Amino acid sequence: MPITTVHVNRYYLEPRMNWASFYAVISGVNRHSTGIGRVWLSVLFIFRLLVLVVAAESVWGDEKAHFTCNTQQPGCNSVCYDHFFPISHIRLWALQLIMVSSPALLVAMHVAHRRHLDKKLYRRTGRGSPKELEQLKLQKMKITGALWWTYIISLLFRVLFESAFMYLFYRIYPGYKMFRLVKCDSYPCPNTVDCFVSRPTEKTVFTVFMLAVSGVCILLNITEVVFLVARATSQHLNNSKDSPLGAWITQKLFSY
Amino acid sequence: MNWGTLYSQLGGVNKHSTSLGKIWLSVLFIFRVTILVLAAERVWGDEQSDFTCNTQQPGCKNVCYDHFFPVSHIRLWCLQLIFVSTPALLMAMYVSFRKRGVRRNLIANRRDRPTQEELENLKKRRLPITGRLWLTYTCSLFFRIIFEAGFMYALYYIYDGFQMPRLVKCEQWPCPNKVDCFISRPTEKTVFTIFMVASSAICIVLNVAELIYLIIKNLMRCSTKHKMSHVYTDHESKDKAVSQNKINERFLSTADSDDKAT
Repeated sequence: MPITTVHVNRYYLEPRMNWASFYAVISGVNRHSTGIGRVWLSVLFIFRLLVLVVAAESVWGDEKAHFTCNTQQPGCNSVCYDHFFPISHIRLWALQLIMVSSPALLVAMHVAHRRHLDKKLYRRTGRGSPKELEQLKLQKMKITGALWWTYIISLLFRVLFESAFMYLFYRIYPGYKMFRLVKCDSYPCPNTVDCFVSRPTEKTVFTVFMLAVSGVCILLNITEVVFLVARATSQHLNNSKDSPLGAWITQKLFSY
Repeated sequence: MNWGTLYSQLGGVNKHSTSLGKIWLSVLFIFRVTILVLAAERVWGDEQSDFTCNTQQPGCKNVCYDHFFPVSHIRLWCLQLIFVSTPALLMAMYVSFRKRGVRRNLIANRRDRPTQEELENLKKRRLPITGRLWLTYTCSLFFRIIFEAGFMYALYYIYDGFQMPRLVKCEQWPCPNKVDCFISRPTEKTVFTIFMVASSAICIVLNVAELIYLIIKNLMRCSTKHKMSHVYTDHESKDKAVSQNKINERFLSTADSDDKAT
């Protein structure tokens, strides 16, 4: 699946509200990311979103219909399913993808704000021809100053959301293995009832896969943070050997 | 006609909103419409087919389902999102009406035809939020808040809170005496209900903040206009001082020449 850089305004034209349009919005931010950021985005879309939509949804599709309990008691099936699967894996992964992608929008908003200021500056200094403004739109924004901080904060939030969802996963479904058989004794089931989960092995395989890819994404984000901090520090050391650290931090915070 | 069309319509209004308005639009579409379409509709998809009652009586299940779910959560949220987006469309209509008026004036009043480029620039120009546009914008914000709060209250009132129970006891005709009915996926539904209610609350807070911001900005603008009228009288006294200085200078220069002469 080729990752094309899409201009962020293109989402106005997308007529369907689905994962494809979500992809178009998020990949618009691609242009302003570092190299590692683009790798992260590719991993996210190929190994998580695509796998979720194309494969995992059909594996979990019949999870309720084929959850069978060894009883004739009406309602026991529903209650036992609800007890063992408070929230489905698929929904958790969909929420995780949406929450993890939202910090990228912070960066997109900051870039748009900076562009707006640049446009104003261009107009004031007499360079307001439509051609030059178009060129300004296509220019790649450098990750310096306040944008650097916004980018770092968005990365930290990404790591936070990923870890939070992995922890939540662990709390709701301790262990990655899906059992074939669960024993249920909630009302109205009489005594203890055997209930059978559909496609347990396939579900285990996909759960392990998605957890592994989540881990890889966390590593990529942490690497990106380390890379950005190292680059900024080395630039600071190379450029101004005599300016103090405080002045550097002030410059990073307030320069545009 | 789907959510995407609504999104493209609202995206056009985005240009004339404040930054808070743009954040509101992102929250609306990412956390509410996307979650609704991608996740919540699956969870509620089998709500009637998997609603089971402990009885063989035909018709009992239908009647009980209808009694406990007069309007489904999904439909309530769709209506809420449509109503909440409508004031923004009003804004879009007003902006295009204004632009059409300006365009007509431009074409009528100028001797030479305005170039295509100028008309395009007019289309892309962002109108400042003052005067009647400010009034329209604040009205639309006010209605947004009313609709959001109204729908949240309606959801709370119809379903007695935001939690979905596992078991409901039904005694409508034709069900014999009292019958146990079981709701499918109650925990997952509770989770998504709380998520959507929290997003609604965030949207209300954003709208209230935007309203306060616009009102304060307008008050500040009015007070600077008021100050400018005072500056005019200062100019008068400034003119008096300047003419007095000129008189003094002339007096001093004649005094100097007198000194030089003596």
